[in-house]
Amino acid sequence: MAASVSFGTSPVPPRGGVGLKPEHYRTILDSAPDVGWFEIHAENYMGEGGPPHAYLAAIRARYPLSLHGVGLSIGGAGPLDKAHLSRLRALADRYEPALFSEHLAWSSHGSVYLNDLLPLPYTDETLTCVCDHIDEVHDAMARPMLLENPSTYVAYAETTMSEVEFLRAVVHRTGCGLLLDVNNVFVQAANHGFDPFDYLDAFPAEHVREIHLGGHAEDEDAGGAPLLIDDHGREVADPVWTLYAEALKKTGPIPTLIEWDNDVPAWEGLFAEAKRADAAIAAFRKSEMRP
Amino acid sequence: MDNEAAFARALLDAEAAVPEWIEGRDGGGAERRFSVYRNNVYASLVDVLAGRFPVSAKLVGDVFFRAMARIYVAKTPPDSAVLLRYGGGFADFVAGFPPATPVPYLADVMRLEWAWHGAYHSADAEPLPQEALAAFGPRAERLALTLHPSLRLVRSDYPVVTIWELAARDGEDEPVRLPAEGEDALVLRPALEVEVRRLPEGGAVFIQALQDGATLPEAAARASSSSPTFDLVASLAGLMRSGAIVGMGESA
Ligand SMILES: [Fe+2]
Repeated sequence: MAASVSFGTSPVPPRGGVGLKPEHYRTILDSAPDVGWFEIHAENYMGEGGPPHAYLAAIRARYPLSLHGVGLSIGGAGPLDKAHLSRLRALADRYEPALFSEHLAWSSHGSVYLNDLLPLPYTDETLTCVCDHIDEVHDAMARPMLLENPSTYVAYAETTMSEVEFLRAVVHRTGCGLLLDVNNVFVQAANHGFDPFDYLDAFPAEHVREIHLGGHAEDEDAGGAPLLIDDHGREVADPVWTLYAEALKKTGPIPTLIEWDNDVPAWEGLFAEAKRADAAIAAFRKSEMRP
Repeated sequence: MDNEAAFARALLDAEAAVPEWIEGRDGGGAERRFSVYRNNVYASLVDVLAGRFPVSAKLVGDVFFRAMARIYVAKTPPDSAVLLRYGGGFADFVAGFPPATPVPYLADVMRLEWAWHGAYHSADAEPLPQEALAAFGPRAERLALTLHPSLRLVRSDYPVVTIWELAARDGEDEPVRLPAEGEDALVLRPALEVEVRRLPEGGAVFIQALQDGATLPEAAARASSSSPTFDLVASLAGLMRSGAIVGMGESA
């Protein structure tokens, strides 16, 4: 049934894109919304066939695609799962995404998959390990990957460098690109008590190829300090849009994904957020033209 | 890095202490912060199971189902990042889970839902047209059938299809009389929709034999010996009509 078709390389444009959700398949195909591109979580398309592949193929025929892995455990201490890598490669070969990204995090230990993006200490040892893993991903995927900055709730006593220093070193050693998650920057700053604008200033913007914007929930830690939870369960918060406008000044217009993975709204809700990203990019372009 | 092992252990075991090298803000305590990860791991995996077994969750209520799922997650966490594969052992776990014994058919309803999930994500294949069988007529003695890759059988001592249909239905609960006999279910996705059908007597034995590679006469013989009322013509026509047959040929 699945005749092999070539989608060709359709570059992901510097516009708002949306994380693809099964509940929106039909609406997207029926209403052909003017949205720049879609991103999929790779692991959701690792079944053999059925509706997920049928709909993805139909949507891919109409829109550019970004492939976002959540299960490779690049920040893990153990070796990468070779079978998982080849599944990723097969998906990339089949759907020809113009962007491919994964996280600076770990999610598996031994044979157990923990289904969360877990933090790692930033040390010379973990830097070597992450770089080896990314080299391996580059070899296996035969395309460059983007590494996403994390949101975290705890820190490690043994950490010896800042997150941005760590990411800079990874880019320098492996040649990978970066996915800048602006909500993660905001969450990270609140949770660990630093200025998100300082983080952005230090971030190697010239290597950023994609931006993520998602929603977060507000909580407190035991000491009453703010604790923001990166839950992707609501609209992007206003201060994150402000931070995004600042990020655009450094990266220039860039593909910007709306991530909404829990309590997913009707299509209109996600579409409105993507249009807001389009508007922010348009506003940035306009400001650039001013003398 | 043995840190990772200690971190993972503390994540899965709510009684375990948070490792002392895990810090909160400014080197402070991390107990409450670490619990965010603990909750994420369990809640997200329980959500996966609740989404995979929605009718079973309805049958026993969300609170009971989620508590049971949490125990299963602790005992059998996923072994792959492909969560589409997670939950295959859950029905067997429930069958041996004492608090679930008042709902003896629960495990079979879960097996039916797991079959549905498997059929949904299975490989695709084009069913043969109705006429294909007739063309084979005289050589039917040696005929072997290739069944659709999505095809799954669920055999139950309970009226599992009826229970599943009733529980899946929304709205007012009208009193119903359940059939006394068990039901066998055929789960199949010939195109994009998963279909669940009750099989007639002997139907499951017949299909199982075909799946195992038996020729048509062999499969029919096995079905007849298990159920004297087995009707080959009706069963074959039913398979054909439902799109369950994707290939046929003479067996060697
Ligand atoms: Fe993200």
